Amino acid sequence: MHWVKNRVLAVLVLSGLVAALGLPFLTHAPNRLVAGIGIALVQLGKDTAAHPMEIWLTLLPAVLLVAAIFLRPTRAIQIIVYLAATFFLTGLAALAAHHATQLADQSGAIARTSLGAAFWLLAAFSWLAATDAMQRLAVRLLWRLLGAGFVIVPLGLMLATGAFNDLSLLKEYANRQDVFSAALGQHLQIVLASLLPALLIGVPLALASNRSLSLRTPLFAVLNVIQTVPSIALFALLMAPLALLAASVPVLAQLGIKGIGLAPAVIALTLYALLPVVRSTAAGLSQVPQPVIEAAQGMGLTARQIFWRVELPLALPVFLAGLRVATVQTIGMAVVAALIGAGGFGAIVFQGLLGGALDLVLLGVLPVVAMALAVDALLKTLSLALEPNVND
Amino acid sequence: MIELQHVCKAFNGLPVIDDLSLHIARGEFTVILGSSGSGKSTLLKMMNRLLEHDSGRILFAGEEIRSFRPEAIRRRMGYAIQSVGLFPHWSVEKNIATVPRLLKWPAERVHARVTELMTLLQLDAERYRKRYPHQLSGGQQQRVGVARALAGKPEVLLMDEPFGALDPVTRATLQLEIARIHKALGTTIVLVTHDIDEALSLATSIVLLDHGRIVQSGTPLQMLSNPANDFVTDFFGRNDVGIKLLGLQSVATRLRSGEHAGGEPVHASLSLRDAMSMFLVRRVDRLAVVDGECRALGTINFSDLLDLRP
Amino acid sequence: MSGAAPGGTTRRAWARDPLPWALAALLLLIFGMAQLKPLFAALFPELQRPVYAQDSFWALTVSHLKIVGLSSGFAVLVGVGAGIFATRPSGREFRPLIETVVASGQTFPPVAVLAVAVPVVGFGEAPALIALALYGLLPVLQSTLAGIKSVPPGANEAAEGLGLSPWQRLLHVELPLAAPVILAGVRTSVIINIGTAAIASTVGAKTLGLPIIVGLSGFNTAYVLQGAMLVGLLAVVTDLAFERLGRWQAAV
Repeated sequence: MHWVKNRVLAVLVLSGLVAALGLPFLTHAPNRLVAGIGIALVQLGKDTAAHPMEIWLTLLPAVLLVAAIFLRPTRAIQIIVYLAATFFLTGLAALAAHHATQLADQSGAIARTSLGAAFWLLAAFSWLAATDAMQRLAVRLLWRLLGAGFVIVPLGLMLATGAFNDLSLLKEYANRQDVFSAALGQHLQIVLASLLPALLIGVPLALASNRSLSLRTPLFAVLNVIQTVPSIALFALLMAPLALLAASVPVLAQLGIKGIGLAPAVIALTLYALLPVVRSTAAGLSQVPQPVIEAAQGMGLTARQIFWRVELPLALPVFLAGLRVATVQTIGMAVVAALIGAGGFGAIVFQGLLGGALDLVLLGVLPVVAMALAVDALLKTLSLALEPNVND
Repeated sequence: MIELQHVCKAFNGLPVIDDLSLHIARGEFTVILGSSGSGKSTLLKMMNRLLEHDSGRILFAGEEIRSFRPEAIRRRMGYAIQSVGLFPHWSVEKNIATVPRLLKWPAERVHARVTELMTLLQLDAERYRKRYPHQLSGGQQQRVGVARALAGKPEVLLMDEPFGALDPVTRATLQLEIARIHKALGTTIVLVTHDIDEALSLATSIVLLDHGRIVQSGTPLQMLSNPANDFVTDFFGRNDVGIKLLGLQSVATRLRSGEHAGGEPVHASLSLRDAMSMFLVRRVDRLAVVDGECRALGTINFSDLLDLRP
Repeated sequence: MSGAAPGGTTRRAWARDPLPWALAALLLLIFGMAQLKPLFAALFPELQRPVYAQDSFWALTVSHLKIVGLSSGFAVLVGVGAGIFATRPSGREFRPLIETVVASGQTFPPVAVLAVAVPVVGFGEAPALIALALYGLLPVLQSTLAGIKSVPPGANEAAEGLGLSPWQRLLHVELPLAAPVILAGVRTSVIINIGTAAIASTVGAKTLGLPIIVGLSGFNTAYVLQGAMLVGLLAVVTDLAFERLGRWQAAV
């Protein structure tokens, strides 16, 4: 198989082809109670007059991607692959959105057009192809972010101008805008209310544990046990004591500390966030090279000056990595907190789960995933931006 | 033993070995010498097919190496590298026993072979056979590495800068070891190095490489006294060639039998270079020479170093 | 070499070893929860049914372990297999992409994978098995890649030069040296799966999370507590068992 020069791309394109041919691209149902009938991508393709621009936006990049399989992966080809993959992704979205609008015009407002499995798989494969091309190019972070903009900006614009509004996912959003906003607020509230105490407690604990071995061993033992206990179990375990506490001290109940809701969720999430925070702070400080500290002492800096001007900046990258882990972890675990009444996007997810409504599930899952990825990328960028300064 | 005929190899379009032909004779200690990037490691790795040559023929014991499975070739050749590469999860004994076990030797024979090799490499067998690599010093690890390379009774021993990572004292000790093993076993050895002194002291045949081509090959004496071109001269050091030449010959070659001299005698096998150092340190111009049993053989004079006799 | 105390030979070592205690506590609670009825009745006097009795805790434990076992088994087979493939010459091209997918996949909450599986395959054990298998794949794959990468390159080169075939190198050099790291990844994967399986009770899988879910919807805090204790202990016992396994593996 010597004529295949880019095996990763070949696998992705082949899988995409199988998905496009075998699975529905969209599903259309006359109302939200009835199961929809699938519409294959090919069917959309046949009707070129209906959406010429979107079809060309999808077809041309697709052809380029197929061609790139047989070409040697030079830098120029990789750039073309990246652009083709991102345009393909945008084209798919535009095609789906446009067709949904047309169907809505034909069938009326209560009809439901949802994104089918083929759409999601093709979107995933084109994102993977773009990622692979970007990695082969091995460019700096700034270029990667610009490249990500190629996808985010068009999709964001389409979202903002309402192009997607006839897809069932956005119809669910439209129906539940207030619930969605409330969930967003609650979710952010849970995450912040857990991270701040984790930092305020965790950082001093880490500093203390670095100085004293008799503290460090039991501390990490306890934190590790906490981390092992599944989130749902810890939430549940906190409910009974908090309920009893609220029953015997009525003042707390008035403050909002009850057996269910925010209180057990925030306490549990704070405890979970402690391990990454404490571990990364302690590790960051202990990897500051001893010769550097000795040199600073020799130059006459006080202990406090050494901490703020030498140790902290050098420990920052490791600390940020731990903060990143803690934040992403908390955003994800907060979804489970909905089970004990804390609200957040988890409420939407479980509602969809129990009703078998994929759109509702996605409405809850996609924002959480987007938040997690955004925070992850943000903190990674921050770490990388700080590092050159630290190494000077 | 090993024959290369018009062998070429290129990486990413750049030639690394360029139309190279070489014959390595049985029993020789061949040192492939060159600076970084000369292609010497590549040359060695083509011999046991760790790298495949692009064109030309490589013959091992008369047969084209591509007609064997790579593993079959490698089990007939020993291979020792700079980083040693001992398996951290295996004891010294298991490491050395690697190839014999691959060749499915019976257990007692393997055990005996390990003991034999550890003794050969001057490692206390009973003390060290159950130890693990991380418990050994760098020099001990490389001794185990060499023992492992010799374990399967290979027809050839390939060594890729084996002593480069060791401190100078250990390096010198192991160089003497390998020279001793070569004399004792008569194994064909091919050793790659960039260290000129190592090459001059160990080799019976030196192959000097530059940019993938053989500049000159021959005995150490030939390389020093009849350099083929300026590159060779410069490589071996223009200014101290004479001193290096002295290092290649022993006192026995310039002995004046029957004569006598005072002071502590020197051994007949001492190199002329070391003898010159003795002359300078003791500030004499005659040294008494003895043999292995301390019987007087004669003398050597300072002027004999110049070897002005017709 | 491992530094492990000769655990189990002295009485004091036995007494301080947490694994048998935790295991004993778990088994006691599984089989003896009904005996604690008076305790729960005293703690929660307003409840008519202080002890969960709709399913036996043992049956729930077995079902929970079955779901985790099957999905983790799949995750280990496919994860280690894919990790080995990505580190072979034929699979090297796929490696950067696999590493990126595995890293970004773990920023998703595991619940999300479960949630998306349900509308697709329905309720019951099936979505749980699929979600746990897919999500559990990620840590195993990541640790296999890291473990094989951590093998000293000299050992690999020496093995090849001495005449070990690629298969022999994988089996006798690479995998044994990568094993501790791979095991750590399997440990992470299994612990996460235990938690996600508990949540899967919301969609009809029979696990130890069921008393928690039933208790939450029925405002029965006693049920919630019982389920939580069992899930927590199960996770802790499994983690300790893996730690023991790791120490035993290192000493071998």
